[in-house]
Amino acid sequence: MTKLSLAVAALLAGSAAAWSTPMKMKADTGVNSRRNILQKGAALATAAAIPTAAANAYSVPDLLYPFEALEPYIDAPTMKIHHDKHHGTYVANINKATEGKDPVPILDLMADALEAGPGVRNSGGGHYNHAFFWDEMAPPDKAKKTKPSEQLEGLINKSFGSMDEMKAKFEAQAAPGAVFGSGWVWVCVNEAGDELKLVGTPNQDNPLMKGVCDEVMYPILGLDVWEHAYYLKYQNRRPEYVSNWWNVVDWDKVSENCAYAVENHCGVTVRD
Amino acid sequence: MVRFALAAVLSVVTAASKELPPLPYAHNALEPFISQRTLEIHHGKHHAKYVNTMNTMISGTDLESQSLEEIVKTAAKEGNQGLFNNAAQSWNHEFYWKCMSPQGGGGPPGKLKEMIESAFGSFDEFKKEFAAAGMTAFGSGWAWLVYDTNKNSLSVTKTIGAGNPMTEGLVPILTMDVWEHAYYLDHQNLRQNYIDKFLVSLVNWDFVSENLERAVSARDSGADL
Repeated sequence: MTKLSLAVAALLAGSAAAWSTPMKMKADTGVNSRRNILQKGAALATAAAIPTAAANAYSVPDLLYPFEALEPYIDAPTMKIHHDKHHGTYVANINKATEGKDPVPILDLMADALEAGPGVRNSGGGHYNHAFFWDEMAPPDKAKKTKPSEQLEGLINKSFGSMDEMKAKFEAQAAPGAVFGSGWVWVCVNEAGDELKLVGTPNQDNPLMKGVCDEVMYPILGLDVWEHAYYLKYQNRRPEYVSNWWNVVDWDKVSENCAYAVENHCGVTVRD
Repeated sequence: MVRFALAAVLSVVTAASKELPPLPYAHNALEPFISQRTLEIHHGKHHAKYVNTMNTMISGTDLESQSLEEIVKTAAKEGNQGLFNNAAQSWNHEFYWKCMSPQGGGGPPGKLKEMIESAFGSFDEFKKEFAAAGMTAFGSGWAWLVYDTNKNSLSVTKTIGAGNPMTEGLVPILTMDVWEHAYYLDHQNLRQNYIDKFLVSLVNWDFVSENLERAVSARDSGADL
């Protein structure tokens, strides 16, 4: 990430914090927060006149809503642990795996993630996937006012028949027998940008990674079906978690993702 | 009546059943290390579902007359992933419950202790390696202590999903479930805490020891395991 885009990201993070309610539990940014590392890096650089290597440090982006905002569909304790601990661990580990390397947006590490090795594949994938996940969701009151753009609706109808059919196929793909164990379910724009595809991937793999799906594809909607995403509230009842999840999907954001992927034939960037 | 008696004999002879076996102890028996609620759901929902799904899949087929182990091995050989997942998970869970005990913990007795020390250097080293296998099984999986009949030695391995080392010709001696559903209600993301409690307080070393003895005597007598 360049210094300029870091500064922009910091501004965005700052204004996001201003939107949150006083009750919001701040994400545990800790040692790995970009601000912390930049400050330490700057101090080091000044002291020792060496270039700061800190700029490539990823961090967990603050949620755009409080932990309890997705209730009752996703519970606050899950959001807090999922965001702070699980996503936090992926970030810590991808930072370790990329130490000393040139800073790049996490999106850029996805294409060759399999080749790069388990550190990048698992933790880099984990970071991208979760950063993607938080921002496609919104509190139910806001989510219910969103809807697919004409472009997205057209692609859904073309690719699945209708929104209802897409949801049914998505739920089937999200079932414990279909994504067995840990993984994600995605709706993606294909390379050509003229169709949507539905796919499940294991662990923290995603369709951006060469070799994971039949062809590289660009996610516009994704659901975490690792047990940690739903176990506290739903336990074994993954289908209930999945069918409830539609209540917190921000279709405006999904539409933006779609427009971007169709136009650029690449994956969407995330706040990393 | 004859069929009933025959079924009773078969169920004794067969190592694992094709019905949901009861937990070897009460649901609250492993508190405070694994909660009653976890065992109720893990056994009553997850394990039960694997068994039911497997039975639906084999209903009306030749596999119905096979033992659980045979079904697991057949499914693996035929690449029938759906059947494998459910049959192997049925086997894995039945084995896992027996690997734990309310009187668990302490350490391995006799021959098992010798073989652990021989393979790992010490019991502590074994625990470290087993814990590491559990920690590094990314996503859903299992950590295993296995016996290699050819080498006459023990080793630690890990599998993903429903994986079971018997498909590699190894003999499972001890297993630990590290799917998140095994520990999430009690420990959330802190898999390490669950693993530590398992190793210190839950392992049924008598059962593990029996598994080893059976494997070793099968090897000594040249029997097909």
